[in-house]
Amino acid sequence: MADKVITIREALSAALREEMQRDERVFIMGEEVGVWGGTYAVTRGFIDEFGEKRVRDTPISEMVIAGAAVGAAMAGLRPIAEIMTINFAFLALDAIVNHAAKVRYMFNGQFTVPLVIRTTTGGGKQLGATHSHAPEVIFAHFPGLYVGVPGTAYDAKGMLKASIRDDNPVLFVEHSTMLQRRAAVPEDPDFVLPIGKSDVKRRGKDVTIVTYGKGLEWSMTAADTLSKDGIEAEIVDLRWLRPLDLEPVFESFKKTNRCVVVEESLPMFNIGAEVAAQIQQEMFDYMDAPVKRVSAMDIPLPYSREIELMALPSAEKVVAAVKELV
Amino acid sequence: MTAEVQTVHQIDDAGVDLDPAALLELYWQMVRARRIDERTWVLHRQGKIAFHISGIGHEAIQVGAAYAMRRGHDYAHLYYRDLAFALALGYTPRDFYLAVFGKLGEPTSGARQMPSHFTGRAQGMLPPSSPVATQVPQAAGVALACKLRGQDRVTVVTLGEGSTSEGDFFEGLNWAGVHILPMICLVQNNIYAISVPMEKQMAVANVADRAPMFGIAAAIVDGNDVLASYRVMKEAIERARGGGGATLVEAKTYRPVPHSSDDDDRTYRSRDEVDEWKRHDPILRYQIYLRERGLLDDQKIEDVEARARQEIDEAQANALAAPYPPAEDALGPVFKPLHD
Repeated sequence: MADKVITIREALSAALREEMQRDERVFIMGEEVGVWGGTYAVTRGFIDEFGEKRVRDTPISEMVIAGAAVGAAMAGLRPIAEIMTINFAFLALDAIVNHAAKVRYMFNGQFTVPLVIRTTTGGGKQLGATHSHAPEVIFAHFPGLYVGVPGTAYDAKGMLKASIRDDNPVLFVEHSTMLQRRAAVPEDPDFVLPIGKSDVKRRGKDVTIVTYGKGLEWSMTAADTLSKDGIEAEIVDLRWLRPLDLEPVFESFKKTNRCVVVEESLPMFNIGAEVAAQIQQEMFDYMDAPVKRVSAMDIPLPYSREIELMALPSAEKVVAAVKELV
Repeated sequence: MTAEVQTVHQIDDAGVDLDPAALLELYWQMVRARRIDERTWVLHRQGKIAFHISGIGHEAIQVGAAYAMRRGHDYAHLYYRDLAFALALGYTPRDFYLAVFGKLGEPTSGARQMPSHFTGRAQGMLPPSSPVATQVPQAAGVALACKLRGQDRVTVVTLGEGSTSEGDFFEGLNWAGVHILPMICLVQNNIYAISVPMEKQMAVANVADRAPMFGIAAAIVDGNDVLASYRVMKEAIERARGGGGATLVEAKTYRPVPHSSDDDDRTYRSRDEVDEWKRHDPILRYQIYLRERGLLDDQKIEDVEARARQEIDEAQANALAAPYPPAEDALGPVFKPLHD
């Protein structure tokens, strides 16, 4: 089957539709997923296609959406629970980190939790500090939970399908400003990407940019600018924060000896901190410069447009960080 | 003071269809659970175990509820005070002692989780939690799954009245009402959330008074009467199985011992109050009833005690002799491998 150029939104819809057709145990629940078709229109038309039994509108009730999803997963179904934004997932934090992530370990593998929690992340839409942060790294802290953050339509489809098929709980994080981004995506219903594999999105020799999610977009734009100045950046898209695959980062670093980590997280205790620690541990002999980090500013994200954008990373900030290194 | 105790007489057996053997089995389950619990307090006071959370006083509602279920078919989403409940569902004294000693082969968690988190796939016991009330939303999900899969399994979720102050309780029961779920929420109201009494927990007289806001049925039962507990739970469970939706059952009971081995209840309630409870001890009350029915006498009571003692001694010795888990057991099983 051929590839087709589609948006991330369409890629997510296709992944959900194909997996619901493939496995009757898969069902969707969350606020607005049914009649309205999803806050971001990802499940538009699903209620007609699959019925109310498998596409379930729920009360505004994050802790029971996530908690009931854990229960339904333990009882033999494969729920896909939608939380409107990851910033509201804090209301469901106990179900996600104390149960979904730990049940298998705490109870000796008696119960698995084949659950996908889909949610959106990120700023740039003037929705203020309780909608707009990108705190997926918090969830990656806990063993037992996979955390995937696709940056392209191709990855969105392959990663979501893999998440639904896997027997472990997955937090699947989609960036709310990237749903219209297009890419060529396989139509083959058996197209699945492996969980926990990062991907080199651009080849270069001068600096390694490590990123994921929206950071991929800023980094690719920055790389085009840098290229005009004769600096070729290699971009590693982590795609998964857990399992975290740094092998391609190390391979790249051996060649470039410099690294910038680009992410939308807040600066304290973020992925950049983890990557920097691991690089100094594993790649000490290859280091020509300190690892630099580009992230959001260390403030609750403001509402007003100009100061919100100021607080977020940007391609310009990535360019500036790279130029400090090379 | 015990000499003056006059046990409250009454057991309400109206509508209870159990034969004499079954009636005696309930008694056995209650006594065995009590003696295990008492022994565990002793082990803690001897410094042999780190922690104990007790179910003493709750045996009647727990055993009555367990026998009202189709055991092994229905799901039980228990909480940490449910020792008698778990034992009645098939959890064994040896399982419990392997857990309290943290020994290799402990079936619930591989000795990775605290004791009293009663879980067993074979017995239909789903993983309980320590942050209270989180089992209510999960049980709503389990009940939803049973309904979606067309199964006739009922999910019984238990908690103390202290847990009903959590948002989880409200969100979970709202869900059970909206989706007309085959789920029983059994609140064992022992009047104290650790040290905080009922009147500081809620402004309603009964936990069950909240049921109308969820559009579900409610029942209040004397939780120290095993037969009344059995009947009320049976009615609720069979209504749920028949598509009649969820019920909030409130069992009025009392915890005559501290919340756990980490608190001293003398700091928050009077001895007179605790002594008064002894008149309502669910085992003594049921004993009087069984004597009156001619099913128990002094000899039979001693036989039950001896049988319990022997079973507990064996279980304790067996668990003590078991090895501790090897270091590598700390590592697994976090994730299910891709091709497990």
